[in-house]
Amino acid sequence: MIKKLSLLASSMLLAANVAYADPVTGGRANAVIQPEPPSLMLGLVQNGPTQMVAGNIYESLLRYDENLEPMPQLAKSWEIASDGLTYTFHLYDNVKWHDGEPFSADDVVFSADVFLRETHARLRNSLKYVESITAPDATTVVFKLKEPFGPFIGIFEGGTMPIVPKHIYEGTDYKSNPANNTPIGTGPFKFVEWVKGSHILLQKNEDYYIDGLPYLDEIYWHVIPDAASRAVAYETGVVDILPGGSVENFDVGRLTDLPNTCVTDKGWEFIGPLSWMWLNNNEGPTADKRFRKAVMYAMDREFAKDALWNGLGKVAQSPVSSSTRFFTDDVTQYDYNPEKAKELLAEMGYDGTPVRLLPLPYGETWQRWAEAIKQNLEEVGIEVEMVATDVAGWNQKISEWDYDMAFTYLYQYGDPALGVGRTYISSNIAKGSPWNNVEGYKNPKIDELFAMGATAVGKDARQEIYTEAQQILTDDVPVAWLLELGFPTIYRCNVKDLVTTAIGLNDGFRDAYIEK
Amino acid sequence: MLRFIAMRLFKAAIILIAIVTLNFFLIHAAPGDPAAVMAGEAGAADEIFLQQLREQFGLDKPLLTQLGLYLSGILQLDLGFSYRQQMPVADLIWDRLPATLLLTFTAFVISLVLGTLAGVLASARVGKWSDTIISTVALLFYATPLYWIALMAVLLFSVQLNWLPGFGYETVGGNFTGFARLLDIAQHLVLPALTLGLFFMAVYMRMTRASMLEVSTMDFVKTAKAKGLKPGIIQRRHIFRNAMLPVVTLAGLQAGQLVGGAVLTETVFAWPGIGRLMFDALAQRDYNVLLGVFFVSAAMVLVFNLITDILYRVVDPRIRAS
Repeated sequence: MIKKLSLLASSMLLAANVAYADPVTGGRANAVIQPEPPSLMLGLVQNGPTQMVAGNIYESLLRYDENLEPMPQLAKSWEIASDGLTYTFHLYDNVKWHDGEPFSADDVVFSADVFLRETHARLRNSLKYVESITAPDATTVVFKLKEPFGPFIGIFEGGTMPIVPKHIYEGTDYKSNPANNTPIGTGPFKFVEWVKGSHILLQKNEDYYIDGLPYLDEIYWHVIPDAASRAVAYETGVVDILPGGSVENFDVGRLTDLPNTCVTDKGWEFIGPLSWMWLNNNEGPTADKRFRKAVMYAMDREFAKDALWNGLGKVAQSPVSSSTRFFTDDVTQYDYNPEKAKELLAEMGYDGTPVRLLPLPYGETWQRWAEAIKQNLEEVGIEVEMVATDVAGWNQKISEWDYDMAFTYLYQYGDPALGVGRTYISSNIAKGSPWNNVEGYKNPKIDELFAMGATAVGKDARQEIYTEAQQILTDDVPVAWLLELGFPTIYRCNVKDLVTTAIGLNDGFRDAYIEK
Repeated sequence: MLRFIAMRLFKAAIILIAIVTLNFFLIHAAPGDPAAVMAGEAGAADEIFLQQLREQFGLDKPLLTQLGLYLSGILQLDLGFSYRQQMPVADLIWDRLPATLLLTFTAFVISLVLGTLAGVLASARVGKWSDTIISTVALLFYATPLYWIALMAVLLFSVQLNWLPGFGYETVGGNFTGFARLLDIAQHLVLPALTLGLFFMAVYMRMTRASMLEVSTMDFVKTAKAKGLKPGIIQRRHIFRNAMLPVVTLAGLQAGQLVGGAVLTETVFAWPGIGRLMFDALAQRDYNVLLGVFFVSAAMVLVFNLITDILYRVVDPRIRAS
């Protein structure tokens, strides 16, 4: 294992430090997409596979580097007023849609203020802070807010605010518009064909507004439903890029040992996937804080990281992922300590009542992880019953609070106000959705802190608020945090600049090239 | 004969409606909400979004109303709309049908021809080493899980030997045309068709062998021998023809399942067929796609049962007389 891990680490180092030659124009990228996306119209569907393919077709105003600092995309520059209420974006003036029509600020206003307000659940929550969106001229867009919203500069990413063509969608029924099957964007690649169940083909946008980009001629996205077959596709040279999560983790070491193979876990900083176990705060042993703390001490998370995740990712130290803004490690830490767990269980008088554990039905890695946790918990005397479900059944059980402990992972989208607060604020306690506060944690102080954190002005003020929130949460342990997930992207080493932003492959292959 | 066919078609229509209704309730009885699955893929959702999805696809209506709407759609040959794939179910099935039929029909022919031949051969040499070898190999094919054979075939012929492509329907991006494309598809077909065919080949072999041996002990065979007919003629004209009845039954059943696809084989070999469509739809609770595939599969089973019954009358004069 150690040898395998060191090999993996050294190949990651290679991927990070290799001295690149000048980019080469031409060539084809063959990548895996899993599962097959339901649609490529990013304005209507924003799930992972849709964004991974359509992130090449559609764009937003900004991209973000690995420190989540904004970079230009459709907007070449921007200003934020000192009161935090006015955001002004200056757009590139030579942008065309893939059908040849000119792109303008009106498209941005239509997308953000009309189209996405109707179709995009996640963006809608941020747009409630917006008073107006206007286009004073063809290349300027102004967002005026009702009150300051701390994470606002972080919502201009392709999956959060994809810009859609006004000339195609205005006045139509968005969901049944025939153009949804032949998506038109401003991105570096154009849609060519989609053979369902087989592949999706994108071709270089020759009229892209940044000279010389993109480098690749075409991208084939291969639809291969079985994880073992995806690994074989890489081994036999049919595909060159396996996005994170494409293969089972136990295949990662074997694949990265292949010649000309690099691996990186970069490109997930923006969404910051953080895994945890929901702990039912409403009833059963998990309603007792001492039991929840005992669970934290009982879990050997370092072992899980090394044995199940090839050493990639990090043990979660806080409810905020370390790549998300305002993370702090100045909180209660839970190192592996079975004796401490036993003491806490004895103190609460745990009577051996069994707890039901729902693994995440996303493949073998998650199943094995649940087995490892079960073993950890049983070692300190907690009786665990595994409950098998498929994805739909899992969603339903979580939504209806029909569980004691359940694996999950959620995205943080770079800011606690976007992806953290939703799990802990009491106004989010409601049956019917598996992504709100389904553990039933209630703490008025936490509600107050997250409300303040969203609208506070200035990084320092926000840091102070979120530090206090993280300290309270790690003491209360509403859920059992596991790992900041490290999904490895495996690819041929001669594919360069594949992951250049915090959004990773979802940001498109604009800068990627194949070294001859 | 025409009256027989008309009666059977009428009964088949009633059975089909009953199957659709039963499937409808079974699928809706499974835990899970398609709106929640779709929203889950997006990584976040609020109640407004979930409600929008339910309204969009009529999932907010009472179950009986949904059934009524579905049945009235079926009567107009409208199989509904896929929630997830966002296109008509009939189009989805139609798109996948050629790949599925190519795979399942090839496997069907391979298994029927080779299985029957092996069965005849084994029965003619019963108790000898060739019978033992054929029977043992058939038992192995019969007992080994399909997905294991599939993965081993890929590892051996695709990864190690590099003789055949390991998955897919054709070379993506190969841009082959004409004969070159046919050859490319044929190469992709070899592993999945053989893998799928092996199980049924074993079944046909065992069925044929058992049936041949049973028939060979019957009085009319003794009579034929007593008349001094040559063994080859007895085998072909007397034993083989009578032994074929259970094989025809089995072939009819298998033929009825051709359209339903082969979930495991299509998944392992990334074959873009109906089996995979059904598998994905099940995971995503895409009710209309599931119901559509079940409907088409059930219709095909009924049609092939009818054809089997007609074939019985051709093969066995006793049934015709009754």
